[in-house]
Amino acid sequence: MTSHTSAKSAGSRAAKKAKDKDGFRPDRKSMSRIPGNPSNRFWIYLIPGFFMLAWIILVPTFWNLYLSFTRYRGIKPPEWAGLYNWNKLIHDTTFWISFRNSIWMIIAMVVIPIILGLLISSLIFDVVQKKFGPKTASVLRGVYYIPQLLPIAVASLAMGWILRPTDGALNAVFKAIGLGKLQHNWLGSPDTSLIFLMIIMIWIQLGYPVVIFMSGLQRVDPELYEAADLDGANWFQRFRAITLPSIKPEIFVVALTCTIAALKVFAPVQMLTKGGPGTSTMVPSYYSYSQFFQTQQVGYGAAISTALTVVIIIVSIIFTNVQQKAEREDEE
Amino acid sequence: MTSATTTSATSSAKPTKEDYKKIAKVKKNRSAGDWVIIAILVIGGLAMLFPLIIILLNAFKSSADYNSTGPLSWPKEFSLTGVIKFWTTSAFPQKVWNSVWTSGLVAIFAVILSIFNSFALGIGRVKGRRWIILLIMLANMMPQEAMLYPLYIMFKAIGLYNSGWAIVVIFTVIQSAFGTYLLSSVYGTFPKAILEAAALDGASRWKILKDVVFPVSRPTLSVMLVFFFIWTWNEYMYPMAFLVDNSTQTVPIAVSALSGDKLMDVTTTAAASLLSIIPTLIFYLIFQRTLSRGITAGAVK
Repeated sequence: MTSHTSAKSAGSRAAKKAKDKDGFRPDRKSMSRIPGNPSNRFWIYLIPGFFMLAWIILVPTFWNLYLSFTRYRGIKPPEWAGLYNWNKLIHDTTFWISFRNSIWMIIAMVVIPIILGLLISSLIFDVVQKKFGPKTASVLRGVYYIPQLLPIAVASLAMGWILRPTDGALNAVFKAIGLGKLQHNWLGSPDTSLIFLMIIMIWIQLGYPVVIFMSGLQRVDPELYEAADLDGANWFQRFRAITLPSIKPEIFVVALTCTIAALKVFAPVQMLTKGGPGTSTMVPSYYSYSQFFQTQQVGYGAAISTALTVVIIIVSIIFTNVQQKAEREDEE
Repeated sequence: MTSATTTSATSSAKPTKEDYKKIAKVKKNRSAGDWVIIAILVIGGLAMLFPLIIILLNAFKSSADYNSTGPLSWPKEFSLTGVIKFWTTSAFPQKVWNSVWTSGLVAIFAVILSIFNSFALGIGRVKGRRWIILLIMLANMMPQEAMLYPLYIMFKAIGLYNSGWAIVVIFTVIQSAFGTYLLSSVYGTFPKAILEAAALDGASRWKILKDVVFPVSRPTLSVMLVFFFIWTWNEYMYPMAFLVDNSTQTVPIAVSALSGDKLMDVTTTAAASLLSIIPTLIFYLIFQRTLSRGITAGAVK
């Protein structure tokens, strides 16, 4: 999106190191969006952020990478072990199961919330707000957002209690409506634990896309909708032709942040199922956490979390690539 | 045009008489389909609220009442035992204060850091910005458990372990990563005419940031502030690992501690869950108008 205006600056060393896929023209100074101000004058603004990032994120990241090549039980100093942990990792079925479950978590925390979020936000914005007034619309939005306000640990605790086999509310509901036979240990049996964990995650996650998408819809020109109305477009046609393209940036933001969150999901698993029964709800974050702090296999835990980090980085790079391509297409 | 978007933000808060007339006119044209749509949305909303209704129903029951009639019945009498028990055993006001000051500072610091980063990336267009953003996003991508050992050792060495400041420092970096990702793309589309006008006036970069970019992007910034506050408030793993003392713990940690406590009964858990949502709920209600203005308002058009 910037290929024409930006060129390589001669001055800054850091700029030389960084590879930008934009045009490489060493003879011209790259300009900022403020006329008369070259880009390299802006580096100073990145300094505070860079120091914080180096301290809190970069140092621990490389430290963790180093630990993944060691035997370390948390007490005696780490002992170099070469590829021992990584070799173990490749042959560990639990590790692969945890990543397979990550795909289910992505479905529950990204795919379904985005689809439902698009439908709900555009219905609230396009139908409810117009026909039932902005008050009704904002109440409905708030209702869908409420689970997001609940601390995830608290949400997990409450759901664990509602799904409890003996005196949980869900089983009580089934009993009350005469379907007592359906009572079940929802999170405690291998056949239903994953699906119920997914339902809980959808419940927690849905409010986020609804609020973000609705805020994106605010900037759509109302005249577009009116014009479409005059043309006799129905709700679905308006949705496809106006709503979807207008909130594309928000869809990307939500998709990327939710995918990262889904790959990293931890608190609900730790509080509700501990990865079980068996490995039916095991996810990478909880698996590495249990290696770190329960079996004290710090080196192995570090290997699992490094592998997870690599997956997340690859997914993020693919995402931002697609996003840039889409932005470029939009500008043409 | 941006002045239009900022004023429309304030005017959307107070609809004019004409707006009301318009709404009233459209309202009359509700079709059967509209009623079906709102019915579906309301049913979906009730499903979202179901767990909270259950919590509310049981938060004010005595445990004897719960044991005899189960989770679905109306409370026989209004009992505050669960609320009082959690309030006193967890020293709830202290927990709220711990959460408020850490989340509040994180929200402010992370927004400031995001502004600086995004000014250089979105408006300054420094070289390699795409890779810099990815590097910064690493803060968001790193699984938290991977950082626990290194951060534990570092914080212990400098005396930040078991201090709320550990949470402030960590989450300022993590939240500003998302903030930079969002804000730098917003600043990338910042109205060029305004920047050109400011440059013609001979304003310095710092002055342009302070007097032009910051005020115009304020709607986006306030949405970020709200999200950062709520997200930090709700965080679990780092506070659990770094705040080991009762006097430093945050609200979610105090509530989740109940799950290990066999002596705690269900009604206390329900009361605790209810209490834990109240501060963020109030915060949301105060700022919900901010949220509706849009994360990219002020940048588009």
